[in-house]
Amino acid sequence: MKILILAEHDGLQLSLSVRQAVTAAQFWNSPVHVLVAGHDADAIAQQAASIHGLERVIYANASHLAHPLAEDVANLIVSISEGYDVILAAHSSFSKNALPRVGALLDVAMISDVLEIKANNTYVRSIYAGNILTTIQSTDAIQLLTVHGSNFTAASLGGNAEIVSIETPAAFKRASWKSEVRSQSDRPALSSAKIVVSGGRSLGSAESFEQILSPLAAKLGAALGATRAAVDAGFAPNDIQVGQTGVVVAPELYIAVGVSGAVQHTYGMKDSRIVVAINQDPDAPIFQVADYGLVADLFEVVPALTAAIQ
Amino acid sequence: MKILVAVKRVVDYNIKVRIKADGSNVDIDGVKMGINPFDENALEEALRLKEKGIATEVVAVALGTSANQDVLRHSLAMGADRAILIEAGADLQPLAVAKLLKSIVVREQPHLIILGKQAIDDDAGQAGQMLAALLDYPQGTFASALNVEGNEIIVTREVDGGTETIALTLPAVVTADLRLNEPRFVKLPNLMMARKKPIETINAAELGVNLEAHLKLIQVSEPAIRKAGIKVGSVEELLNKLRAHDGVLEGILV
Repeated sequence: MKILILAEHDGLQLSLSVRQAVTAAQFWNSPVHVLVAGHDADAIAQQAASIHGLERVIYANASHLAHPLAEDVANLIVSISEGYDVILAAHSSFSKNALPRVGALLDVAMISDVLEIKANNTYVRSIYAGNILTTIQSTDAIQLLTVHGSNFTAASLGGNAEIVSIETPAAFKRASWKSEVRSQSDRPALSSAKIVVSGGRSLGSAESFEQILSPLAAKLGAALGATRAAVDAGFAPNDIQVGQTGVVVAPELYIAVGVSGAVQHTYGMKDSRIVVAINQDPDAPIFQVADYGLVADLFEVVPALTAAIQ
Repeated sequence: MKILVAVKRVVDYNIKVRIKADGSNVDIDGVKMGINPFDENALEEALRLKEKGIATEVVAVALGTSANQDVLRHSLAMGADRAILIEAGADLQPLAVAKLLKSIVVREQPHLIILGKQAIDDDAGQAGQMLAALLDYPQGTFASALNVEGNEIIVTREVDGGTETIALTLPAVVTADLRLNEPRFVKLPNLMMARKKPIETINAAELGVNLEAHLKLIQVSEPAIRKAGIKVGSVEELLNKLRAHDGVLEGILV
């Protein structure tokens, strides 16, 4: 039995979630391989090789993998899939773009965003925006899944797996990468931040969102998050949306400011260790999931909170 | 250009779904149902391409029991030219959905297929990508903007950390994110007219697709509920509470 993990990276840095996927893969007590697909990504392959618990890093180096497209990644995985019993990745926009293609090409089901792995090809995952947990069993010979990164501790570093370079199938060609806009920020990455300060529609404008929340986030060394309502209203960029259709976070401290607390939002933050909610509406559902609730005008108390932190 | 849009009938997003007493499945008998919100974005985008003169025909397709007629009527009322129901049992899994849609694509030969990026019931987010792979088509998932230029479609995708723009040669599959557009409201006269339009029905068994479930449902349960905490009266009281938790504010002077 062998396990293949699809690694995610940005061309410079291996994603922390790869180490979480490695921990998830240890469930099967079998050799684990990590696939790094990129262009001139030797340094990333080296980073992957240093993760404890790996037998091998498979390195596919090709110019068309500089910005890996789902079509090319899926074809690459299928080309090396023989002999693997489990193919997995941490759940992200990268893996959920590519891995369903692998499922279709191998004629196996995919299990998205697995919370818990159990014996006999059985998994726990959530449906209905996290309101219901389902336990499902796969009847496929190959297990294909993405795992909910924050449910698995990151594997430690200091390992020394072998790196094996492989031939890459020809480029798909009918899809091409044009450009990207990456949110520039000095703040920690949202998905792995220890503290998250999150804002809702009550902030009223993009200017208020920035003026009220940024100083607090800066003092706390926190990442900024937002509700879908705030993103749709143009107060915050799409990539910081927390919730069912955005990012799922589980920081030590989550501070929800002017957030009403729709289930679609709480799905993305309910695993946080401590939740603080600041909202003027005492009946806002966010208070039902908050450890500490402050019913107050956010425009007064958030600056006061910021000022109180030196 | 012909566009095929796949629509799914799901529990209304405002409903909190309960489970059956024996934990065998969710209990959605008599619960308000509607079109999957992301699929409404998919259909809206197809209709806008038609209004711009880029698309000539928009075909809506749903899969499942005859109850799906309501989401197809809704699609016709929004402006779809035709509606197809592939009649099959409930609870089709994404791979089976992709296989059934593929057989309709082979029959209808659309240049563009648009689906929602995920359904809000099973939250799988797989059908579009699986369909694209089965057809060997390029895909543009989580689309927040798209633009047809000749034989290409330029898709801006919402990804972790920002957005990405890719170009796909048609025919292609696109999956819609919520910010792709704001779906139009359905006017009552349109809904009345849509009632009179025919819905073509195809029995899934006639399509020669293996619909066998690859995933077996063992049980459903409710997740541990986060307990509501306490209300604090001031910023100072809040900070005192947070200071009492080991490590939370470590390294931060408060």
